[in-house]
Amino acid sequence: MSLMLLAALPFLTALLVSVLARFGKDVIALAAAAGTLIALIALFGHLPQISAGQAVISQMAWLPTAGLNANFMLDGLGFLFALLILGIGFLIIVYARFYLSKDDPFPRFFVFLLLFQGAMLGIVLSDNILLLLLFWEMTSLTSFLLIGYWQRVPEARAGARMALAITGAGGLAMFAGLLLLGQIAGSFDLSVILTKADIIQASPLYAPALVLIVLGAFTKSAQMPFHFWLPHAMAAPTPVSAYLHSATMVKAGLFLLARLWPVLAGSDLWFYIVATGGLLTMVFGAKVAIFKDDLKAILAYSTVSHLGLITFLLGLGTKAGAVAAVFHIMAHATFKAPLFMVAGIVDHEAHTRDISKLGGLRRAMPITFALGFLAALSMAGVPPLNGFLSKEIALEAAAHTSFAGVGWLVPLVASLGAMFSVAYAFRFLGGVFLGPPRPHLDGLHDPKPGLWLPPAVLVLIVVVMGFVPMLSSAWLVELAAGAVMQSEASVKIYHWHGLQSPALWMSVFAFGGGIALLGAYAGLRSIWNAAPKPDGKAAFEALLAGLAATARMVAARTHDGQLSRYMALAIVAVLSLTLYSSWGHLLGPQSRVLTPLTGAVMVGGAVLLAAIGAATWYHAQRILALLLVGGVGLMISAGFAYMSAPDLALTQITVEVVTVILMVLALNFLPKTTPLESGMMQRAGAAVIALSAGVGTAALAYVLMLRDAAFAPISAFHLEQSKPGAGGTNAVNTIIVDFRGFDTYGEIIVLGIAALVIAAVVDALLDAPGPKARLLDMFPVAGRAGDRHPMMVVIATRIILPIGMLIGVYIFLRGHNQPGGGFVAGLVFAIAILLQYIASGYGWSEARQRFKYHGVIGAGVLIATATGLGSWLASRPFMTTNYAYISLPPIETFEVATAALFDLGVFLCVLGAVMLALSNLARLARAGGQEDAKTPFDIVMPKRKGR
Amino acid sequence: MEILIAIVIGALTAAGTYLTLQRRSFPVILGLSLLSYAVNVFLFISGRVAINAPPIISKGATQYADPLPQALVLTAIVISFGMTAVVLLLALGSYLHSGDDMADSPKTKAIE
Repeated sequence: MSLMLLAALPFLTALLVSVLARFGKDVIALAAAAGTLIALIALFGHLPQISAGQAVISQMAWLPTAGLNANFMLDGLGFLFALLILGIGFLIIVYARFYLSKDDPFPRFFVFLLLFQGAMLGIVLSDNILLLLLFWEMTSLTSFLLIGYWQRVPEARAGARMALAITGAGGLAMFAGLLLLGQIAGSFDLSVILTKADIIQASPLYAPALVLIVLGAFTKSAQMPFHFWLPHAMAAPTPVSAYLHSATMVKAGLFLLARLWPVLAGSDLWFYIVATGGLLTMVFGAKVAIFKDDLKAILAYSTVSHLGLITFLLGLGTKAGAVAAVFHIMAHATFKAPLFMVAGIVDHEAHTRDISKLGGLRRAMPITFALGFLAALSMAGVPPLNGFLSKEIALEAAAHTSFAGVGWLVPLVASLGAMFSVAYAFRFLGGVFLGPPRPHLDGLHDPKPGLWLPPAVLVLIVVVMGFVPMLSSAWLVELAAGAVMQSEASVKIYHWHGLQSPALWMSVFAFGGGIALLGAYAGLRSIWNAAPKPDGKAAFEALLAGLAATARMVAARTHDGQLSRYMALAIVAVLSLTLYSSWGHLLGPQSRVLTPLTGAVMVGGAVLLAAIGAATWYHAQRILALLLVGGVGLMISAGFAYMSAPDLALTQITVEVVTVILMVLALNFLPKTTPLESGMMQRAGAAVIALSAGVGTAALAYVLMLRDAAFAPISAFHLEQSKPGAGGTNAVNTIIVDFRGFDTYGEIIVLGIAALVIAAVVDALLDAPGPKARLLDMFPVAGRAGDRHPMMVVIATRIILPIGMLIGVYIFLRGHNQPGGGFVAGLVFAIAILLQYIASGYGWSEARQRFKYHGVIGAGVLIATATGLGSWLASRPFMTTNYAYISLPPIETFEVATAALFDLGVFLCVLGAVMLALSNLARLARAGGQEDAKTPFDIVMPKRKGR
Repeated sequence: MEILIAIVIGALTAAGTYLTLQRRSFPVILGLSLLSYAVNVFLFISGRVAINAPPIISKGATQYADPLPQALVLTAIVISFGMTAVVLLLALGSYLHSGDDMADSPKTKAIE
């Protein structure tokens, strides 16, 4: 299976699950598990090639100009992580099937889980870092959905929000860091970046890039001081915690550090940021874990601590550190996930996760005890389990690290961390399973196999890895560590390193100290309880509250609902900025001469200016003002016609007609006059602003018209290619349907959406009681005018209908070569039909309407889309047009272009949108009690006898 | 000719701006219509003034008007119809809901 398909598989499975949603939870879980299993098998299919030391690569250009490519790469490191993601993912799916209660929405859970799985898999398979970032953000989003899965629980919502805010903010920092990295390396492909370590480390941008990327990794992997989101994310269902917060999502930050290790690691800066952050996090997390009572909180802080350890190991920048990090990633995933599942089982059976209320469960739940026992011992680092082995290697690496010249500091702190780990691991085990049985926990028993089998599989791995490390896991560590270091790695994992090994003595110290800590637990606990604790959550919430308060203050000052003032402010701002930016700049020389004026044009211009003035002056009388504005539009279309733009003239005049009809219809409901409300000063202020705007635009237009463009206009291409390239002589039309067809495609969709919005608004108005009552109130006397549908008008419009349509067809057909086209034809058709509505009434017209206008819009968009897609069949880009000339003997040679089909889509969309908008206004009138004409012309014919 | 066009654009802008600064919805909509005329004409003349030179390829023609601004304005005219229709409906809806056609929020009247 190709890597691209492998990366897509979880998303496809998610789609399948959502389709199967109604078949019940077994089918859903089965589909999810099957999809994951197939991916897992496919992953192993790539193993031979990876083992041979070759990365599997699959590439596809996506946005090559932006450096974003759908390039995937699978090497040892990617394989290890993909194995964790899919392997543990499969077990989690099984576990979740039995864990979730029957009231929980199953499909949603599995869809989110699979989407998350896909996002994680995408991160570890990405070769392109921009692609990686995309998946990275996707994990933030999907984990938000998963943590907040129990939407009714406030803690779940708050925890999800916090996780999203912090990992999302870190993701932004990382975005900047990766962009810098790509800039330095000259490519966004990892396979290129990883070869440029020298250039990257020598670059002055190395430090900012490193800090930004580490910010992303630290927030994701819950390193101090960003660790606090992880414990709050425990509000998620336990399968989510086991998956996201032990094995996958929190390891994404580590993955990134490991992935970029060859180019970023090795510098002092890397060591002091990453290793220090990791070490502090390790000790701090382990310390807090000792004092938590909630099982999941213990595990959460323990996870914080272990992530810190791995971060520290990567931060060392040494090969030994990298090998130890890889091995501990494996060990931690295998013992932490079952511990979460065990906590979930206990919670499921005992209905509490509070360690102070638990105890003595070893007899009642022997299987759960056995699983918890082995996993917890591994977490504590008890030999021979895998936790012991990885801890030994880690301590060994720490023992040889000196911090700022001090040799004993790092080993000491690391030993303290290990000591705390021993303490909380034993406390977890003892608090839940050991001690006397609690009376209120009587009658508990082990869960169904569905719940204990998945952790059992992982615990088995813990044990096998522990007993035969070289046989079972050394190969995988070698593969992954080799990929981290970009060189051959040879791994030796032993239980016994001899008495001279410092790690041995550090371990001994950790066990002794850990057990001593537990012995003095009661005293330490009271000190802990009294000690002040810096609370990340409180700081985070204070920050949010501060931001919200600031936003509210700004909004209250500026957004007071006074729209006319916003307008004034916006216009004044634009005017000032224009003035500011052009101030002091000289105009270029005038390069064009004035076009001579004719007398007729002068008269027309005078009429136009008079109409504009009158519309403004008399604007309070709305019908008059509307007619004047309509007149302005007509004069402008005359102007277009005069200035060599016949297409514009046609469009303007037809749009003007439908706009005026629309406004008249609306005025039917609105007040007919505008009361005088603003004072002298306000009106004077508005006038000053308006005049400044007018003078400014006039000056700009004048200056523009008398100068040639600084660069040669691109229209020469369109004029040249109109005929040979697009097969039409009307350059405006060929631009619309061909050269810039994609624009037009977007525009007809916008128009269609506008019409649908209108229909929706009318629907909402007719449903609401208030507006409905007001409408009924508005027309108290139905049929005020006796002659609402005068016979002469009706007959005239009936005659106009076919003529108008014929003109529309004519305009449509000639559009490619002569002025016209889909837009104008659609408007002409609409006017012809509108006249029927006006003359004969809504009811009469609607009764004769075969198609819904919604459908006409949809058909238009579909035809345009299909035309565009059609070019794919000829292996050409979307919307490439083709044309041919056909000559049939009796008539002249005519041309058939796919562009004409596209124009048909435009035509239908325009027609449907205009009609939908206007007919909906008519629907309002009907709802207001206006009666439909029952007979043609409203004439009641006397009944004939015998019929 | 250019002077007249500039004056027309200026007048359309001034009238449109003045009307959009009104407090009732209908004058604002009329103002937006006038402003769209101004914008469309402005965009159109960015192809410069050309008389008797329609951008329709023919053998005898020596000069063509710039077709690109025309194509852009053509779709802009149709889109501005869509916009006017939506705004009008929203104004109508607000009037039917609240009983007045103020564009400004009524709450602020009390503050002033």
